[in-house]
Amino acid sequence: MSILVNKDTRLVVQGITGKTGTFHTQQCIEYGTKVVAGVTPGKGGQMWEDKVPVCNTVAEAVKEHGANASVIYVPPAFAADSILEAIEADIPLVICITEGVPVRDMAEVRRRLEFNDTKTRLIGPNCPGIITPGECKIGIMPGYIHKPGRVGVISRSGTLTYEAVWQLTQRGHGQSTCIGIGGDPINGTSQLDAVRMLNEDPDTDAIIMIGEIGGSAEEEACAYIKENVKKPVAGFIAGASAPKGRTMGHAGAIVSASGAGTAEAKFAAMEDAGVSIARNPSEIADALLRIYKG
Amino acid sequence: MNIHEYQAKHLLQEYGVPVPRGYAATNSREVETALSHLGDEMIVVKAQIHAGGRGKGTFTDGYKGGVKVVKTPEAAREAANHMLDNTLVTAQTGPEGRKVQTLYLTEGCDIEHEYYLAIVLDRETAQSVIIASTEGGMDIEEVADKTPEKLIRVSVCPNMGLRSHQCRQVAFALGFKGDQVKQFAGILTGVYKMFWEKNAMLVEINPLVTDKDGNLSALDAKVSFDGNAIFQHPDIGQLRDLNEEDPKEIEASKHNLAYIALDGNIACMVNGAGLAMATMDIIQSFGGSPANFLDVGGGANEDQVTAAFKIILSDPNVKGILVNIFGGIMKCDVIANGIVAAAKNVDMTVPLVVRLEGTNVEAGKKILRESGVALTPADSLAQAAEIIVEQVQSHS
Repeated sequence: MSILVNKDTRLVVQGITGKTGTFHTQQCIEYGTKVVAGVTPGKGGQMWEDKVPVCNTVAEAVKEHGANASVIYVPPAFAADSILEAIEADIPLVICITEGVPVRDMAEVRRRLEFNDTKTRLIGPNCPGIITPGECKIGIMPGYIHKPGRVGVISRSGTLTYEAVWQLTQRGHGQSTCIGIGGDPINGTSQLDAVRMLNEDPDTDAIIMIGEIGGSAEEEACAYIKENVKKPVAGFIAGASAPKGRTMGHAGAIVSASGAGTAEAKFAAMEDAGVSIARNPSEIADALLRIYKG
Repeated sequence: MNIHEYQAKHLLQEYGVPVPRGYAATNSREVETALSHLGDEMIVVKAQIHAGGRGKGTFTDGYKGGVKVVKTPEAAREAANHMLDNTLVTAQTGPEGRKVQTLYLTEGCDIEHEYYLAIVLDRETAQSVIIASTEGGMDIEEVADKTPEKLIRVSVCPNMGLRSHQCRQVAFALGFKGDQVKQFAGILTGVYKMFWEKNAMLVEINPLVTDKDGNLSALDAKVSFDGNAIFQHPDIGQLRDLNEEDPKEIEASKHNLAYIALDGNIACMVNGAGLAMATMDIIQSFGGSPANFLDVGGGANEDQVTAAFKIILSDPNVKGILVNIFGGIMKCDVIANGIVAAAKNVDMTVPLVVRLEGTNVEAGKKILRESGVALTPADSLAQAAEIIVEQVQSHS
């Protein structure tokens, strides 16, 4: 059955009438995603491209059209507000594609997500989206590189995910669900959250986790994998060659625990958790196929 | 986005944080004006560059110290003359150093004790964290490593904001008493307010000092802002100093390209930040050395690709170029047309290897083959990296 999205997903597009929203909504509909409504405040009552009803609010899209997932294409200045609107409307799944959202806005959103009455899982921001091949594509990834199957893919990066997915597909292995969690410092769904969901999914037999330098999301996921995951897992970390110290200041380095965040530290955590490592980005699928025959 | 110490202190002052009286100067006339305001007491002359370790730095002509404490206006004038338009090398500038184009002249301070105070946004907890220590004036990473018990940390909930009891908590932990607790609470409140209102990623006061009379002030300050939020703060945007940035990075930002100059000789042009980093990694794993990080983004057009080639080729170290595009929404034939147009537009003097994959890849490869542009096509990322490393090594 895959995770989070499938053929029963009913999508509302926040920012459907914008250029980006329009283009990617067309692509998603072509792929087979059920887009039940769009939201552009002030344009409620119109029809988008003669196909999809436009609402003024997300709550209206839920009530009138039964939306149960939302994707956000609004500009960065309004992205946090759009996420909060979707949370208030109790949408179970929100995917924010927008790049360049202020970090402070995301700190506030994250706190709202932690409230006890929150029914929403957020993916992103600054992410390619999520796809269950053959059933539902939400986001900006090219649909044709995917193929239905049983490998789950999680990644912080867009095109690097396509690289890994394409390697799998070319070697005859399909995917259950591919999630781009986004590259921003504060996001809604972590590597750990995604690994846990794929581990619990009966239709996922193996997992690929692609990370980047910075933060400790991969280390946390690896600690979980070591204790709980019996499925084969392969991993890659981008940024081994990146120079140090082009980020914040001393205090920033301290907060993210000394030594953590480097490619070496993350590869070491993967090794310790029994993850099959690709040292080279062109060998991500091969790293999995060393331990998983499919 | 980083700003200079004098800009940071002016901002802190606006938020009620006491700082020593000071004046910025970019030439000898402004130095004289500053000196006329400062009088005959102790004067501190400070080079303004976006890098730490200034006090222990050395200028390229051998003059020592980017921060000088002097007793007379004459000595201050002499120090200023040595520093202005001279190049300062510190532990953080790299061997090429930074040209000093602005000085900050301030009144001196009789220091009783030096403290450390910072607020930073912690990505793990998604909260602001106050970090404080009685061991100010030195490298805080060293304090964290050797004596972690001396590091005070207090998290601030983004929805609640900083509360009085938290200010008192930090003040008492630092050992302040009586009126100093009040003074410190006022400073911390101001620093937090500035951090939050201006979308800062880091505000660091090192050192925060007490003088012989027990009064607190911020002797040095480092502030960096969230680049994604500058559009909300035009006043902060104006503090950007282009002299502190690599000209190639400035040019790239004009074309919405994410470019970071590195010191290798193989340039790369990639779509997507993660794939760009992975491309640098694979160049390195084949024994090459990346000259830059360059993400042309998901919707790159011909103009951007042309601009990217020009920026890459303006780096004299570049001995070869690897283009790696995974066409998703951006189709390979469009990218191929951009590469061909750009290659004809700029003087391509070094080997070029192009790897295209994804949407319309066959059409893209055909365009490259039939273009007459001197380039080597590659079928996989590994092959592309291997070829460019080999070509660059055999040419040098």
